[in-house]
Amino acid sequence: MSIPTSTTAERKPRSNNLRNAGGGRGTRSGPWPVVVLCTLIAAFSLLPLGYVATMTANAGWDTIEKLVFRPRVGELLFNTVALVVITVPLCVVIGIAGAWLVERTRLRGHKAWAVLLAAPLAIPAFVNSYAWVSAIPSLGGVFGGVLISTLSYFPLVYIPVAAVLSRMDPALEQSGSSLGLGPWKVFFRVVLPQLRLAAAGGALLVSLHLLAEYGAFAMIQFDTFTTAIYDQFRSTFNGAAANMLASVLVLFCLLLLLGESKTRGNARYARVGSGVQANPPRLPMGRLEIPGQLGLAALTVLALGVPLFHVVRWLIVGGPGIWTGSALATALLQTLGYGLAGALVTTALAFPLAFLAVRHPGPVTKLLEGANYISSSMPGIVVALALVTISIHNVPAVYQTAVVLVAAYALLFMPRALVNLRAGLAQAPKELDEAAQALGKPPLVAFLKVTLRLTAPAAAGGAALVFLGIVNELTATLLLAPNGTQTLATEFWSLSSEIDYTGAAPYALLMILLSAPMTYLLFAQSKKAAGQ
Amino acid sequence: MKTWFNKTVLSRTALTAIAGVSVLALAACSGGTAPAASEGASGSATDAITVYNAQHESLTQSWVDAFTKETGIKVTLRNGDDSELSNQIIAEGAKSPADVFLTENSPAMTQVENAGLFTGIDAKIQSQVPAEYRPSTNKWTGIAARSTVFAYNKSKLTQAQLPKSIMDLASPEWKGRWAASPSGADFQAIVSAMLELKGEDATLSWLKSMKENSKAYKGNSTAMKAVNAGEVDGAIIYHYYWFGDQAATGENSNNVALHYFKNQDPGAFVSISGGGVLASSKHQANAEKFLEFITGKAGQTILQTGTSFEYPVASDVAANSKLVPLKDLQAPKVDAAKLNSQKVTDLMTEAGLL
Repeated sequence: MSIPTSTTAERKPRSNNLRNAGGGRGTRSGPWPVVVLCTLIAAFSLLPLGYVATMTANAGWDTIEKLVFRPRVGELLFNTVALVVITVPLCVVIGIAGAWLVERTRLRGHKAWAVLLAAPLAIPAFVNSYAWVSAIPSLGGVFGGVLISTLSYFPLVYIPVAAVLSRMDPALEQSGSSLGLGPWKVFFRVVLPQLRLAAAGGALLVSLHLLAEYGAFAMIQFDTFTTAIYDQFRSTFNGAAANMLASVLVLFCLLLLLGESKTRGNARYARVGSGVQANPPRLPMGRLEIPGQLGLAALTVLALGVPLFHVVRWLIVGGPGIWTGSALATALLQTLGYGLAGALVTTALAFPLAFLAVRHPGPVTKLLEGANYISSSMPGIVVALALVTISIHNVPAVYQTAVVLVAAYALLFMPRALVNLRAGLAQAPKELDEAAQALGKPPLVAFLKVTLRLTAPAAAGGAALVFLGIVNELTATLLLAPNGTQTLATEFWSLSSEIDYTGAAPYALLMILLSAPMTYLLFAQSKKAAGQ
Repeated sequence: MKTWFNKTVLSRTALTAIAGVSVLALAACSGGTAPAASEGASGSATDAITVYNAQHESLTQSWVDAFTKETGIKVTLRNGDDSELSNQIIAEGAKSPADVFLTENSPAMTQVENAGLFTGIDAKIQSQVPAEYRPSTNKWTGIAARSTVFAYNKSKLTQAQLPKSIMDLASPEWKGRWAASPSGADFQAIVSAMLELKGEDATLSWLKSMKENSKAYKGNSTAMKAVNAGEVDGAIIYHYYWFGDQAATGENSNNVALHYFKNQDPGAFVSISGGGVLASSKHQANAEKFLEFITGKAGQTILQTGTSFEYPVASDVAANSKLVPLKDLQAPKVDAAKLNSQKVTDLMTEAGLL
């Protein structure tokens, strides 16, 4: 819920070729006020990590031994590892198979399927869980966790892989065929390796979501580190046991980041030389048409049909009564307020980072971006624990104000804005700015009229994705929201934990309705990035 | 020099833009939490109060609606769990924004009392609430009560097969057959009574068996739903979940019956929900009014006639007639002031339940 949904190819400065688009002249590290500002933002983004490290260091070995090396942590470790080890490969297989079917075959209706396979992203995982628990009340354990998270998160692999497949240079595959490889061998030996970056990036996102998810697992009585930290929080506020579990969880995240960077490898797949690359060919399905259609239909029914059916069913059971009262309107307004505020602040904070990354690439920039990348992988519960403790003790003036919650949103969702802004800035070359200045505009006006205006669409895209993240955010909102705050997510959670499933249904519906356009935007953007 | 100037202006603009956007954004957000805005002013009769509420949101909301209607005093709620909010109040100390703290169970009240953060309750509240439902220190008061029950599936267990004592659930024959919500304050209060009645060793060993024997659900409603569906034979919960569901649709409780342990068993524990005014409150008068209201006739009648099905404890208001009368429950005598939530959390963490 709290992890950016962007492809790795987009996230990492290393894997795009946009960095030199600005001409690369001027000071190497950039104008110092911007550098200072960026350093402050990066330092701020490292707060949660610093908090966990400090807490662990202060706890002393005895506490660590007592609270970390105990059977309960073993269980959580087993559950969490099992969840990641089973779900991630499932998502990768489903994501790649789905993407291949809709992008590279003549499967009937492949255009419609392409959208339908991305659509489950519009259904928050905890709403999915609510629907599945309505369908199968006894759902739980590793199986339940795997089922719900696979259905919720496979699009995170599908979307980037589909984007790569649709722009892949067919020349390589043709070479493979002409050297005597059959279609299957071409797929495994030529196509699959080219999908590695996108699939590994998607897999990383899936794993980070698995580590951070609270609501979906709490609803089916499946315990992971995140749910256990929240249980401890409910019993002790920010007690030592919660902090120790958080440090294990953070260690887990860092290991995943390291693992993903290892799988990226150094092979290069880019096309060099002149000429325009052809559109990749589509294979005839033949006898596989029916199994293909059935497979995709089954997937869509499970990932989209079940949640929509049950939300609608509860809406019908509840009748008009569940729409009365002011709580729903309040929650909608506050969700929109936080969504907009968070999106604006996050995009504004990301702007200087993106500016440095594009116009002044260098070691400093790399370091700053790296800091942001690590901090954005921290689960919402860890960010929230850190901010609640720091604000209560060190910055009481902002404690329990919207400032802290918006800061948490900025920490969690910054990469969504950063990725888009970076791409947007890269398409607004510095030379245009200079041209405007040469034509007599003062530098500031030139910047505002040229660069800022050209970046606006990208900024809006990034802000929309941040907004999507905030609408569905649960854990940080529960811990940090000012007194009296009700968002769609927290009210949905409060009602569904009291098993008032009918009362929760309107909130579920509103979250889906708010998420749907953003999901479509994400889907459309991935196609655009792939040059379609 | 020209480039320096340009860049400085540029970054200054960026800074101003960020600052501006942040201010706008915050203004947008604080619009939704307007009641908190009047905090600086002191003493006016309509000053809003902030209630840290661990009681059921719907119950407290009914109290708040009736109270605001009667007095014009606005109330902002922060909802959470007993120990989460008590620990939060302690961490906030003198700076806590809370004026009133309401819980479902007394251990969290005792914890805040021991931290010296409650001002006492006034004479009016003392006259409304019988002595048995408030601590002798009068630092806080009981506002409602609830009874521990063993909710069981009627088609899985006969009367004869029911456990005689909550302690029996530790024996191997109950392995995999019962449920509870160990992460919730309700269950932790029951354990605190056991700790007080049976001592630390017996409680820890019971908790360790529970880890082996029971299924953990998040929330008493969910545990009851599992009993209803036959996933487990029974669950340790509080009485009112069953009555609440029966009064609604019964879809999560129609196969369920309640077993009261009685005989002063730890499982017959009646838990006192508490309310207190924080010493740090800047709206003492209004905070006291609120506590007077919920322990008064009107507030207690909401317990009698509403959908909460908790027991009234004050102003001579009788319980809902569907409930087993409090005096028939044969609850064990437990001094609320001695119930220790911190120790319970530690023991449960040690047993691997948390």
